[in-house]
This record gives sequence, C-alpha cells and structure tokens, in this order.
Amino acid sequence: MCQVDEEYSDQLEKRTAPTVFQKCVKCKDGTAVLIIRAGDAFCRCCFKEYFIHKFRAMLGKNRLIFPGEKVLLAISGGPASSSMLSQVQEGLSQDAPKKLRFIPGIIYIDEGGVCGMSLEERDRSIAQLESIFRATGYPFHIVRLEQVFDLPTSVLGAVPPAPQRPESGYKAAVDQFIQNDRARASCSPGEGGGERDGERDPAVWDAQVRLSRLETRDAPDGTPPPVVRHGEDLERLFSSVRTLTAKEDMLQTLRHHLLVHTARTQGYTKGFSDPRHGDVVIVRPMRDYSSKEIAFYNKMFGVPSVFVPGLDTKASDKASIQLLTESFVTKLQADFPSTVSTIYRTSEKLRAARPSQNAGSETSAKCLLCVCAVDTKAEEASAFHATLVSERLSQKRVPGGALPGTSARDDAAGQCCSSSGGEGGGGCGAGGGGCCSPTRTPTTTDLKSLLCYSCRLTVKDMTAVDFLPRYIVSEAERRSRRSRMKQEISEFLLDEEEDEETC
Amino acid sequence: MPILCSSCEKKRAVLKRPKTGHSLCKECFFWAFEEEVHQTIISARLFNPGETVGIGASGGKDSTVLAHVLKVLNERYNYGLKLLLLSVDEGITGYRDDSLETVKRNEQQYALPLTIVSYEELYGWTMDAIVKQVGLKNNCTFCGVFRRQALDRGAMMLNVDKICTGHNADDVAETVLMNVLRGDIARLRRCTAISTASEGEGVVPRCKPLKYAYEKEIVLYAYFNKLDYFSTECVYSPNAYRGHARTFLKDLESVRPSAIMDVIHSGENLSVREGVRMPVQGTCSRCGYISSQALCKACVLLEGLNRGLPRLGIGKHHRLHGKILAKEPLTQEEERKLKAVDF
Ligand SMILES: [Zn+2]
Ligand SMILES: [Zn+2]
Ligand SMILES: [Zn+2]
Ligand SMILES: [Zn+2]
Repeated sequence: MCQVDEEYSDQLEKRTAPTVFQKCVKCKDGTAVLIIRAGDAFCRCCFKEYFIHKFRAMLGKNRLIFPGEKVLLAISGGPASSSMLSQVQEGLSQDAPKKLRFIPGIIYIDEGGVCGMSLEERDRSIAQLESIFRATGYPFHIVRLEQVFDLPTSVLGAVPPAPQRPESGYKAAVDQFIQNDRARASCSPGEGGGERDGERDPAVWDAQVRLSRLETRDAPDGTPPPVVRHGEDLERLFSSVRTLTAKEDMLQTLRHHLLVHTARTQGYTKGFSDPRHGDVVIVRPMRDYSSKEIAFYNKMFGVPSVFVPGLDTKASDKASIQLLTESFVTKLQADFPSTVSTIYRTSEKLRAARPSQNAGSETSAKCLLCVCAVDTKAEEASAFHATLVSERLSQKRVPGGALPGTSARDDAAGQCCSSSGGEGGGGCGAGGGGCCSPTRTPTTTDLKSLLCYSCRLTVKDMTAVDFLPRYIVSEAERRSRRSRMKQEISEFLLDEEEDEETC
Repeated sequence: MPILCSSCEKKRAVLKRPKTGHSLCKECFFWAFEEEVHQTIISARLFNPGETVGIGASGGKDSTVLAHVLKVLNERYNYGLKLLLLSVDEGITGYRDDSLETVKRNEQQYALPLTIVSYEELYGWTMDAIVKQVGLKNNCTFCGVFRRQALDRGAMMLNVDKICTGHNADDVAETVLMNVLRGDIARLRRCTAISTASEGEGVVPRCKPLKYAYEKEIVLYAYFNKLDYFSTECVYSPNAYRGHARTFLKDLESVRPSAIMDVIHSGENLSVREGVRMPVQGTCSRCGYISSQALCKACVLLEGLNRGLPRLGIGKHHRLHGKILAKEPLTQEEERKLKAVDF
C-alpha cells in the first residue's frame, strides 16, 4: 500500500542546474564564483562580505557575548572551527567595521589517544596547530583527552550563572569596554596605536601560554604527564564501548566536560547558546554556515586548517548513527538544496519538552553525563515505557514481576554492609546514608537510573562501566546513595519535589 | 545445540526479536507481541467498553495483523468492543482488486463485518482516472488526502466511534523524520500522538494501537500465525522523498536496533518553542472537514480535477480559494499555470 497518509502541500524545490558565467546577485557586476543557495550566485568580494556579516550578525543579534567577556574558542583543526578562528580574528581586528569586543583564548583537545595515534603523530599535529595558534597572538590551551581522568566531580554539576545582567546592561558594558580600551591605549608606551590589541597584556599572556603547556607536557614535580599516566585508562574505556555510535557519543561527552572544566578554571564565561552548565554558556556561531560555504571561504582566503584523524576517519559511512546521518543529509542536500536550511529552521522552532515543572524552580533531575534534564520520567504511554515493557516480556517471567522501570534497582541496595574499603568520600554512616555505602563501581543498572534516554543508550553499548573516569563514578555513587537515602525516608517527606538532586 | 527461549527457558527459540534481540519460542513471541499491544491500548486508554471500532483494512500486513490482534485481545481481556473492517477502494485496477480480495478473506476468517467505500462513489473519480489526468508524480498526494476523508465518511455511515489504523513504529518514526526534513512543525507535533480526538464535524477519532510495534515483528507475527496478507507495492510508485527517509531509517535500525523507538522518543519529547506561530485549524467552507485554509485539501484537489486544472491542489494557491468558492472563472494566466503537469 502506498504509505502516504497525510499529504504534503508544498513541493520541495529540486536543484536547478547553475548557469555558467552568472553575474553576482549582489553587486550585479562581478563574475559569480560560488552559488550558495539555488539562484544566489556571489562574486569573490561579495561572498567575503556575506560570510563575515553572517558571523557578526549571529553574535550581535542574540547579544550572546558581552563586551570584555573571556571567550574560549574550541578549535579542532577542522575547516569549521578554523574558519571560526579566522572570523574572530577578522572581527577583533582594528579596522573591522562592527568590531567584536570580547577576549578570546583557544583550546585544542588532543583526542589522538582514542583512535590509535602514536604520541609522535599527536605531537606533530599539535605542532602544526600551535604555529597557527601562535600566529593569532591569543593565549591557547592544549589539553590531552587523557586529562579527563583527572577531572573533579564538580564538572558534572551546573554552577548557577552569575546574576543575570539586565538587558540595558549590554549597552553599559559596551561603553565601559570602550572606555577601558581607550585608557589602555593612552597608557601603552612607545609604538602608539599599532601595538594596541584589545585587552591583551603580552607578559601575562606569555606566562599563561607557558603554563598551559606545562600542564600537558612535563610536570613540575616529576610525575608523568596525564597522557602517559592515563593512556591505558583511556584505551580501556574506549575498548569497553562496543559500537562506534556510542564511542562517538562518549567522546563528545568527555570532550564537553574538559571544555567546561578548562573554561571554568581559566575564567572563561563563554565557550562557544547552550546554557546547560549554568555558568559557562556554549555558543555555536558556525551553525548558520553550510560546510560548502566554509570550505569555499577557507580555500579562497587561505584559512589554514589541520587534518587530524578522528574516531571515524577510516570508518564506512554506515558505521555509526552519526556517520549515517551525515551522509544521508549530504546526499539529500545534493538533490534538494533546501534540506539543510530546512532542518536548521525546524530545529530552531523546537525545544525539548520539559516534564511538568513548578514555575520558577529548576529542580528537575539532570543527567549525570550530559547535564541535560532527564527525559525518562515520561508517562506510561511513551516509547521509553514501551521499550521497558518489551524487554520485560522477552525475559523470564519473575513471579509477581515488578513494574518495569522500578525493578532492577533494589538488588544493589539490598547487599547492605559489604563495604570494601572507604574511598569516594563519606564512608559508612557519616554522610553516606542510613546504610553502609559500599564503594564499588556502580553497576550498569545503577548508572542508567541517573542518565537521560540518550546517555542510557551509550551505556547500554558498553561491556562494563568499570573503566569510566573516577569523577563520573564517584558522582554516580554519591547520587545513588542520596536517592537511596531519600527512598528510605520518603514517607516522612511532605513535598515530593522538594529535593530533586541537581548536582 | 538449539537456543532456548529466553522467556520460558523451556522451548526452543525460533526467532530473534528485532526489537530487543531476545531469542523466543513461537508461543512466547505471540504472547509478548500481543501483550505489548495490550499495554499500549491500556496505558494510552485507547478504547472504552461498548464502543464500535472500525479497523482501517487495506489487505496489507499491518492492518491484517491489527485486525487479528484486536480480535484476540478483545476476547482475552473483554474490552467489550464491536469490531468491524473498513476498506477503501481507490479504484486502482490490478492492485486494489487483489488487495480487496484479501480483505474479503479476512472478513470470513475473523468473522468481522466488512464495509468498502470507493473513491468513485465518494468523489466521482477513480485513482486510475486521476492518474490519467495528473500523471505519476503527484498522484500520491491525491490518494493520501482522499483516503483519509474516505475512511471518515465510511466510519460516519456506520456510526463508528473510533478508527484504528495499522501504522507501526517504523511508520511513525519515518513520519517524524519526514516532518523534520519538511520543516512541518504542526505535523511534527501531532504525528507521534497515539490517538487524535475528534477534530470537528465529520472527523472520527483515530488511534494507532501498533504505534510501538516494529514492522519486522509484524511480519514475523503474520508469518508464524500464517496470516494471509497482500504484499505488493502500490502500482503507482510511492513518494520518492519518503523513500529516502525510509531507507535512512532502515540503515539506522541496522546500526542500532532501538533507533526506531529512539526517533519516536525524540518526537514525543519535542515541543514547540514559545512564540512560534502555528497554523490555525478551521473547517472547510464547502464540506466542513478540518482545514487551515478556506477550502480543505480534498475539495481543492477535487475542484482541480473537475475543472481540468490538476495543479490547483498541488502547489500553494490559497489566494484562489475565494474565487473557487464564489464559482468565479480563473484568468487565462492562472489557468495556464495550473494546467501544466510534468508526467
Ligand atoms: Zn558581487
Ligand atoms: Zn544524558
Ligand atoms: Zn518460550
Ligand atoms: Zn472540503
């Protein structure tokens, strides 16, 4: 039977073949070098203007970044982030018409350890990137993914943002910034205006750069650097993840934690708008660009980028959900040029449905890994619930079988008082809970109850959760203890929603 | 060494569930499949005792399995429902004749009364005649719109309280993807709903009891139950764009079997941002059916067919609705645009 049950009124615009030697649609003069969307042909000059304007418009429109704020630019070496770096340089340069007014720093996360690159290969990529970073004059931080094993548990909690600046505050901040800027310029000795470059004091930057390098290379007190100490940890962790899809998601999560941690410790308030971490907001200014536009711009204007192999470099395009989706969209885009922009516009109109919440208080539980609101408390008639039903019905029927979702939890709590040594804070009695808190790695079941739908899928693809970094394991233990404690006293609590764990 | 059923741990497993990966014997699979549909019906409160429920029967696997399972569950759990089969004859020579034969056999096998409504009697046009006029590119638009209304009209004639359709998890997930790709926020919000309340005059509430059933499991269920169904693609080729989405979903499923449920989960957990304007639902001023425009889609399509202007219902020609309602003639320029059809 034909599957169309609901018709779609608007026809999708099919690709129209570009005519050769078109004129630029903007200046009507220059020869077009590039067709952005069907019909929009630009000459070199107008393309540059369009590209730059889009970047500033993106940041300006939403007033995402306050003047004088420290912004950490996450650069992977790939075309999109390299292009972002060049746009920031362009925007901060003295003669920029609508000057950007924030203080940039760069972070590169070396993830070579997850895809079998040797240390030499990794250092070679780093050297290439360093020379690009150094040329910008911005401070930069090179962080090894292995450092994730040294993260504190605090990275998993959202820190409340600095008190909300009022709308009018933006203008005040601009004025303040311009004043400071002038004052600095008049004080700077010698070379006049030429030397002036925003907020930078070269001596301080130099020291910071050196500091960030020390962190990753040679340790001050002789302990081997994280890349050596945790090389095997990282390998073990990733080999416990069975599918490429879950590997990519895990990597994304860890990368995120490192970024947020670095931003916090280095005093950055904007990473790249993704307010989930509270104090550090993530901005993605390149979302508005197609990869084709970026590739063109980089080529045309000599923006350097570095190819660094990743998890998926040698994989087929059917190896993971991420790769499948990418190739699906790319192929569709070739036939229907409005595909990407439509998906983008659709996503702009949507948000995750929040479970019924009390106005004002943001107390709903957050996922241990991705720090998003947990979306697994959905009502009975839901895909999540239906999946639990299917799993229960396919396994041996337990007499008087518990309801799905509440079942497996208790067997862990039941083995009380089998504590195997006190680490992970608290120990017995003290702050832990009414019961002894055995400090063992939480089981997959324990962990899943603390995760959102999507992170559960990642954990489901793991053979064991024993190799997760310490900060994740300890935080999981702490939250499990807390929830068990709450269960025990639940009948005495008057307000169900009173103390939903947030961090 | 044969694999044992993971549920009863006694019998030999005969299949691996596409949805969960568990190996089950035939009886345990039937049980699990039927119980899941039952759970869906109960948790979403799809029916009330004493209701007359029309099963949209096409003769295909989904509606055949739906009819079978509903009959089984109605008896097992005393839903107290009066079930009947409702079919639409689109008037497609060859394709429809064969599938209607299947539906007629189902009527006998399940002892459920069958009613057939046809495009010809409702609209005065068969699909064969429509294709002759509009070509093969847009015929699915006509068929989809007409079928939806035809089911409602049939249900109204029979005093049916609810219509059940055989949409399965794959269909729902695919529709979520399609609506994202098309940027159709209004449909994206509606498409994961398991049931729709009556949306006005002439519209019977609908539900999808197989919403969480995998297509592959539906085939397995039909296969082991030796259910008789008709499995030929519509002779008028289905929508190519939807084909892309379908292939993508199958690829996703092969990488991660839960992908189908995952997409539905996403759809269920999306909501529209504040401030996004949504089309206002009204009713068609000609036939009273729900419509966000002055005329409903079916009426516009029909008008186009009757005036010999097939493009009328295909593009966006809302501003012509006034003229059509007033029975005014179109200008030559307007007519020229609406006549051209690429076959
Ligand atoms: Zn130009
Ligand atoms: Zn999560
Ligand atoms: Zn069995
Ligand atoms: Zn109408």
